[in-house]
Amino acid sequence: MVIPEAARDAIDAAIGRYPEPRAALLPALHIVQRELGCVPLEAARELAAIFAVAPVEVLELLSFYNLFRVEPGGRHRVNVCTNLPCSLRGARALLRGLEAHLGVAAGETTRDGRITLGHEECLGACAWAPMLRIDGDYHENLDLEDAKRLLDGLE
Amino acid sequence: MYPRLPHVTGYLTEHVAEDDFVTLEGYRARGGWLAAERALREMSPEDVVDQVTASGLQGRGGAGFPTGQKWSFMPSDPDGPSYLVCNADESEPGSFKDRLLLERAPHKVLEGILIGAFATRAEKTFVYVRGEYSRAADVFESAVEECRTAGILGRNALGSGFGHDVVVTRGAGAYICGEETGLLESLEGRKGMPRKKPPYPAQVGAFGRPTTVNNVETLAHVPHIVANGPEWFRGLGTEESPGTTLFGVSGHVSRPGLYELPLGTRLDEIVFEHAGGVPGGRKVKAVIPGGLSMPALPAGQLDVPMANESLRERGTFLGTGGIIVMDDTTCMVRVACVTTWFFRDESCGQCTQCREGTGWLHKLCERIERGAGEDADLDVLRDVSASMEGQTICAFADAAAWPVQGFLRHFREDFEAHVRLAKCPFPASFEL
Repeated sequence: MVIPEAARDAIDAAIGRYPEPRAALLPALHIVQRELGCVPLEAARELAAIFAVAPVEVLELLSFYNLFRVEPGGRHRVNVCTNLPCSLRGARALLRGLEAHLGVAAGETTRDGRITLGHEECLGACAWAPMLRIDGDYHENLDLEDAKRLLDGLE
Repeated sequence: MYPRLPHVTGYLTEHVAEDDFVTLEGYRARGGWLAAERALREMSPEDVVDQVTASGLQGRGGAGFPTGQKWSFMPSDPDGPSYLVCNADESEPGSFKDRLLLERAPHKVLEGILIGAFATRAEKTFVYVRGEYSRAADVFESAVEECRTAGILGRNALGSGFGHDVVVTRGAGAYICGEETGLLESLEGRKGMPRKKPPYPAQVGAFGRPTTVNNVETLAHVPHIVANGPEWFRGLGTEESPGTTLFGVSGHVSRPGLYELPLGTRLDEIVFEHAGGVPGGRKVKAVIPGGLSMPALPAGQLDVPMANESLRERGTFLGTGGIIVMDDTTCMVRVACVTTWFFRDESCGQCTQCREGTGWLHKLCERIERGAGEDADLDVLRDVSASMEGQTICAFADAAAWPVQGFLRHFREDFEAHVRLAKCPFPASFEL
């Protein structure tokens, strides 16, 4: 079993909150990803068994929803919003600058496993652009120097 | 201090600067929860629906459907559970108002939820918060927990005999889940692929039961309508579009941010007076009035009241009130590239016109931007976008087609210049 017992309890509690058990599948994926850093294939199989669905139905959700990942990636996930309001204020130039600073392209992980850099669609911070998200937290109104400092401070 | 406070506040956003407003005690100290007490103890569900119908409140999630009418579609004598869904999947590029309400006025949204649930006889509300708004979901969940402990939610909500509970569900990064039936699919643990309508959610919604889906801001207006009456609400905004709304202004302006203003406030007043106009002595070139899916307006057409009845005459809509301003350095073909990429990436893929059409729109825009476009590409863009409209299960394809049509309508010379010069003629424009 790759899903730890505590996570299993949290999944059971989530199932109890909905009229149909399957509705807890998305919450369960969030729980597993929080515990394991991603949803590996083996965890997806275990979830399929818990929810009595075919494994492919769990894999479908993993590929449909952007926030789930099947591989852990770097210790930190840094995503620059590149939708129109942010792009108008230099988000794509910021992303290029960070690619150069880290020596990776968007979508890649630094060689020391510290950062996976990416871009993201509108995060609802349009008035404080450009911005990026580090793991769960927003950092807004950035210029390239601010952003480099933030990334350099990550363990 | 919270860094994202509105520059102009009204009844919706009063107190959001005060940190204890997020707590039950702080909300109560400022008159909170009195409207729900009145609704649940002294009014019938029909009374509440009548009041909201009389107020003329229109949904604030993009479609602008009359809220009272939507509520009236729910069965008055259901043969099992009914549900309310609060759509907190705010993902329309240029929109960031619901995030403020969830993070800074969670009890106000919850009070609107409880009143709406009572009016539609819903036993449970599912609040579907987009996965990226984890901070907002945490704040909101704390407010729900406080209300359970205080007996505001539960078997005997506010001591009224009405039973209600609220469940917070987190999305996982899919724009299409903001479409109400895509949301319902996602809520049920599936890919967020929209459903064919009819049946409408009021007939067959979440878990096969009658369901109302309302936007966060829409529900936040409700306690104020119950407290102050429909006449008060109709005294704000326009005759067809009453009340205030939260306009989000972004892009090339001096003071980007949120502005709570009456519907019908003129777009040029919002852009130039409130948001300070374009910085650096430059001029406005284009403004998207209601989030990325709404057609842009050229600088000469900003003298328009921000309400659906007036925007419609200019070929665009209020949408979610997300105003995106572009200055005169901006290349509209690059804007079209960013826009079409987004819709291509987010199409759920179940309808051919949308899945294929969004890809074609993006490929054509990119080719024109690269300088490899031909005159005929402009016609193909027009034809592809026309063939997407009204042909699919949900309005996503229309939302992808309209902005392209708007760019071609008002900024055709930008596209033609790219073809003529075989390169982008706007070197100072934002980087792609």
